[in-house]
Amino acid sequence: MSTASYNKKEQAAHHFDSLDQQHDAGKEGVWIFMATEIMMFGGLFVGYFMYRTLYPQTYMAGGDSLNWYLGALNTLVLLISSFTMAQAVTETMQGNNKKALRLVTITTVCALAFMVVKYFEYTAKIDHGLFPGFNMWDPASAVEYANNHLRSDAGFSLVNLQPGQELAPGQVDGKSLKLFFVLYFCMTGLHGFHILVGVGLMIWIMKRLKNDEFGPKYYTAVEGVGLYWHIVDVIWIFLFPLMYLI
Amino acid sequence: MAHHIVPLNTNIKTLAALVVLTAVTVLTAKFIHLGGAGNLILAMFIACCKAGIVLSWFMHLKYDGMSNRVIALCGLAFLALFIGFSAVDLCSRNQGGQNQYSCGFSTEK
Repeated sequence: MSTASYNKKEQAAHHFDSLDQQHDAGKEGVWIFMATEIMMFGGLFVGYFMYRTLYPQTYMAGGDSLNWYLGALNTLVLLISSFTMAQAVTETMQGNNKKALRLVTITTVCALAFMVVKYFEYTAKIDHGLFPGFNMWDPASAVEYANNHLRSDAGFSLVNLQPGQELAPGQVDGKSLKLFFVLYFCMTGLHGFHILVGVGLMIWIMKRLKNDEFGPKYYTAVEGVGLYWHIVDVIWIFLFPLMYLI
Repeated sequence: MAHHIVPLNTNIKTLAALVVLTAVTVLTAKFIHLGGAGNLILAMFIACCKAGIVLSWFMHLKYDGMSNRVIALCGLAFLALFIGFSAVDLCSRNQGGQNQYSCGFSTEK
């Protein structure tokens, strides 16, 4: 705890030369955090690319069994929330805390809307036996669901291969479908966790905006949360085509 | 460092570009079949463009100092190394003179 109290809007903390230096140091810290975020999700993306290369058909079938309308809707919701967040930073930098508060509120509503859509997607998948854990994975139901949603020109179908059974022409072993859903739930789940953390951060920012704590000289917290929110958007930009479309 | 304030106009244009590119992603993935890994590569190319737009305008890298750009690029460079060497590994696994895995370029056996 610092014993010296200072006006954050007007003075730098005692270990900084100036407000500018304080701002740049804080922002650079957030950027280092962003680089680690890129690398953390990057590991999961490498896993996705490798298994997609090994099992191209089951990954196509897995993607087709997701509802891409909901994925596209969520993409739009996140893009709009990124815009309102960017504009909130612009308003805070001009000292318009009230306007910024409204924009961050819209961003939070978008974040919650994203999670509501995700809730409906997850429960639908779990109902069809597509959750790969806790004994909820149902191979027969999963393969049937994937086959029913497979694109018409795929040229193959998945089968639940039994021991001793041979694959007929045009049939693909559906065992690796589970692997797709492991990555689907891990990647979108980790991303959804980031959305929830973002909601928490935005509640904090809204409280401070309401107290009129920011101004043209001090707005680091809003900018930092903005950077975090945009990287969450960037990750979804890659998740959406990889999971839902291809 | 100068504190560049991005005007509303620029933010709206950025959002518009991202929405248009999302539409392009959906249309090309759903209605144009390039065969093999063509669609994957095209979708990833568009996604990289969108990520570049978000990083440059929404995340202000276009107006930011060199150090933050270097930090962002470091993250991306290490990710590229990871993806690159994993791809080299998979695509060079040979079995009887033939590449064991299609590397996504052909799904035919």
